Amino acid sequence: MNAPGSPFGQHRRVLETLSAWVLALLWLLPLLYALWTAFHPAAYATRFVPDAPLTLQNFVNAWQSAPFLRYFLNTFLLVTMILAAQVVLATLAAYAFARFTFRGSNVMFMLVLLQLMVMPDILIVENYQTMNLLGLRDTILSIGLPYFASAFGIFLLRQTFKTVPRELDEAATVEGASAWQILMQVYVPLARPIYIAFGLVSVSTHWNNFLWPLIVTNSVQSRPLTVGLQVFSSTDQGVDWSIITAATLMTSAPLLLAFLLFQRQFVQSFMRAGIR
Amino acid sequence: MKRLPSSVLPWLLLSPAMVLLIAFTHYPALATLWHSFFSTPKGARPSVFVGLDNYRLMVEDPVFWQALCNNLWFALGTIPLAIALAILMALWVNEKLAGRGVLRLAYFTPTVLPMIAVANIWLFFYTPQYGLLEQITGALGLPSHNWLGNPHSVLGALMVVAIWKEAGFFMIFYLAALQQISPVLAEAAALEGASRWQYFWRVQFPLLMPTTLFVLINALINAFRLVDHIVVMTRGGPDNASSLLLYYIYEVGFAFWDSSYAAALTVVLLALLGLIALVKFRILDRRTHYQ
Repeated sequence: MNAPGSPFGQHRRVLETLSAWVLALLWLLPLLYALWTAFHPAAYATRFVPDAPLTLQNFVNAWQSAPFLRYFLNTFLLVTMILAAQVVLATLAAYAFARFTFRGSNVMFMLVLLQLMVMPDILIVENYQTMNLLGLRDTILSIGLPYFASAFGIFLLRQTFKTVPRELDEAATVEGASAWQILMQVYVPLARPIYIAFGLVSVSTHWNNFLWPLIVTNSVQSRPLTVGLQVFSSTDQGVDWSIITAATLMTSAPLLLAFLLFQRQFVQSFMRAGIR
Repeated sequence: MKRLPSSVLPWLLLSPAMVLLIAFTHYPALATLWHSFFSTPKGARPSVFVGLDNYRLMVEDPVFWQALCNNLWFALGTIPLAIALAILMALWVNEKLAGRGVLRLAYFTPTVLPMIAVANIWLFFYTPQYGLLEQITGALGLPSHNWLGNPHSVLGALMVVAIWKEAGFFMIFYLAALQQISPVLAEAAALEGASRWQYFWRVQFPLLMPTTLFVLINALINAFRLVDHIVVMTRGGPDNASSLLLYYIYEVGFAFWDSSYAAALTVVLLALLGLIALVKFRILDRRTHYQ
């Protein structure tokens, strides 16, 4: 008889556990390596001796040699702005698709879905000229604007709104609730887990976005962290690896911390967002 | 079913999102096609209609062909390996092995980090003489190798980064799919004398097929969309050996400022993505239903 939960035998299990751990270690290696380099003096960057002194000096140096506070603020504003716009616009659009039948709704939905394939990420040349035309180049708004209407968000919320029982909606209508009240009091509360999932995916996506902000910004006032990090690590010839690594960890730290704290929600969100 | 008397309301709800979608997705896609038939305005010379000149230039441009080939190799080299590793990771994490929480964390963490940060870490990893990889190969007595400076190894070195970054992301989808498979199936298979290996290939893998298709489409799109690591690690070099299509578009559009030629290149990228979309709609959406 085999132990419950492992119908294919215990011997196999030991081997699998071992391989799983080897792969995990391999996967964490670059990160552990970065941690080592960032927390030790430059002389120990690639010398792995147990008695190497720990230091925070690399972080202090990085923080002082580029306006990272401003970059953090810019990224914070950027992801907040994008998330707020996406949630509002996607909620309204998804409500229209899920609850109303109107002429052309299928064509409109197809037009929305098109964005899943033709993302603003690749339309950099034209969108740059649009931003020039609008006089928005080099602003935080210009980084976020192409992402405000999210096909992914509309699709996700439409699917969720469609699962709301019709009876709830009808009961509210009988009681004299307006379309707006029904949306806010019936649909939105029921879709809460989806909002959380979408929010986590959106924030981590736009915190990490790089190419478009690199193109459309060119000043400290508008640069997000990713571009700031790139400017910092590529221009200064004299900057050593320990400081660059410290800066790298610093810029990903908030996201990494959030991930460690809300690991389950993160994983479930990505799952939920991908499956539907 | 009750309907609202007004047919204006849904359009009102839809319009803010639609206006932005048209302005930043549909219009630029069409404008790209339109502008690819014109010349780039230079100084006092305005843009003029040049027909297919940009496309003729493209056919004769060796860098374009190289970027396209690189991109196809990049997709071919990263996607099967990333998917295989993702399935392996998902099987392990799903099987309640010791410390599965830590395992899942280890596999998934690269996904959360910005590609640009990850690229910085890997850049140091690959650095000649000084980097960790050199230290390891040096300790083993192997000859020194400039991984990112050699046109033969640079694309492979970048593929490793992409696989490392994406496998954990794909794992999530497989994990979700595996959790839908009833444990009764495994017990029945074991009772019938099937090995773990047979159980995977005959039962689990076929049941995971829809997930594999979904992941495949996503991976393909990502292979053409993500070039952050190129900007940080190689800038397309040496000698365009690591240039990908979108990176070349970026270079032509924002380093050489030839917007018309960049538009023509974008049309090719759009056509490729359109092809992927077509495959997706013909294969994937026949199974999944958007009620």
